[in-house]
Amino acid sequence: MRTNPLLIAFTALVMVFLVAPLVIVIGSSLSDTSFLTFPPRGLTLKWFANVFEVDAFRTTMLTSFELGVFGTGLSLLVGIPAAYALNRFRIELPKWLSSVFVLPVLVPEIVLGFSLMKSLTIGLSMPYFTAMLIGHAILVLPYAVRVVGASLAAFDFSIEDAAISLGSPPLKTFFTVVLPNIRSGVIAAFILAFITSINDVSVSLFLTGPGISTLPIQILAYMDQFFDPTVAAVSALLMLVTVVVMAGVEATLGLTFLTK
Amino acid sequence: MNRRLGWALAAPATIGVVLFLISPVAATIATTFAEPKGFLAPYIAYFASGFRRAVLVRTLEIAVITTVISVAIGFLAAYVIAQAPRRAKGLLIICAVFPLLTGVVVRSFAWLIILGKNGIFNSILLATGIIHQPLSMLYSEGAVIVAMVYLFVPLMILTLVGVLESIPDDLIQASVSLGAKPAATLFQVILPLATPGLIVGAVLVFTGSFTSYATPQLLGGDSQMMMGTLLYQQAMVTFDWVSASTIAAIMVVLTIGIVFFMTRLARRLNPMAA
Repeated sequence: MRTNPLLIAFTALVMVFLVAPLVIVIGSSLSDTSFLTFPPRGLTLKWFANVFEVDAFRTTMLTSFELGVFGTGLSLLVGIPAAYALNRFRIELPKWLSSVFVLPVLVPEIVLGFSLMKSLTIGLSMPYFTAMLIGHAILVLPYAVRVVGASLAAFDFSIEDAAISLGSPPLKTFFTVVLPNIRSGVIAAFILAFITSINDVSVSLFLTGPGISTLPIQILAYMDQFFDPTVAAVSALLMLVTVVVMAGVEATLGLTFLTK
Repeated sequence: MNRRLGWALAAPATIGVVLFLISPVAATIATTFAEPKGFLAPYIAYFASGFRRAVLVRTLEIAVITTVISVAIGFLAAYVIAQAPRRAKGLLIICAVFPLLTGVVVRSFAWLIILGKNGIFNSILLATGIIHQPLSMLYSEGAVIVAMVYLFVPLMILTLVGVLESIPDDLIQASVSLGAKPAATLFQVILPLATPGLIVGAVLVFTGSFTSYATPQLLGGDSQMMMGTLLYQQAMVTFDWVSASTIAAIMVVLTIGIVFFMTRLARRLNPMAA
């Protein structure tokens, strides 16, 4: 069936709508003006240099990266065993257990952030970084449980039974038989969780404290005071991270996995 | 034995959710019912305030408009992408994935540049002499909606491309060979089959825009406050935690209520299920 040319033109416009704003951000990061403008007037890279001169950007970049890696790591550490149990012992475990791991998606992020601030950083005087780490781990836990779970649902557990009946110890079997078979699910979960974590605003918003913040929150704070192209330069750098992640996805799973 | 092992493996994650999600959020909601001023007093106060009622109405309005536009654009674009030849499809999917994986702050910020006083719209309008003073397009409901549509169209496209590709080609062929015009096939065969997927996508867009913070903060400012920005303001600027908790409770109830209602609806409307 031939696609209607009007629809094709419409889709082309939608693609321009999707890509142009990001091109505009990159363009305005090069402008030699002290305010944000597009098209750029004069070309300079000084705003990129400025990103690394502002201490707050350097430190929050590191914090965001640490939260992304350790928060995701923590969620996979508890999420993979849970996903395994939910698939392997489907009959033995109550049905409602799997819906527990949908809750982080259902509860608005901003409500989670506010509630964690009240109970952890204020209620328990927990250090800001620890509270943020917990918040991020909870935020991305659904990816760990559900994306890995989808891989496990397609895994034939009789292979594992065969290994065990041949004398392989259970833990060793998990690492040498099960894990390699669900590798793509684990990679997908890690990538989606990491991206969600480093882009998060609503949970971190309430859990930052004196001297500790994340990059997205720092960008918002910077924009409260300045309207120069530095933020455009940070944004361009963040898009570079997106490109790296996309290349990683394409190399391991193929980008079409995101339509599944 | 298996039961015990299952519980042991699921325990750390379950305890994590109970301790760091269910308990804190339940505590937040509980404080709104333990007010000395009387049962439901914080809710009565919320709805007695014209300003706060307006924020709730505006938030619902923006979320509904954003959802309708995103679903319409996403469906038509996904329809074309699902039919596109392999290579074009790859490129189109990259165009959708790239913004999707870029953060909400960056994507909202882009519209700050586009709609700003020195932005591209004002530059074009000034250069062509249509206007002589830059227009102020920011901090309006329209600005928030445009940025939110921008935020959610990629999500809608990617959700629907998967849904549309899973529709058996035989059904479309059958419709075409029986003489249905392309538009009839699109709206009478493909659309009903895609409805459950459309609803799932619409729920994601609605809840995402209903609970958003960064976009209304950047593009709406104080004049276009939404539930998320009001919650933040009550909690961190005026330090009225009971009021902030009340807003949180309203957001939780509405979000979960809509998700449940819509997933039920999606199940009932699924023509492949019967």
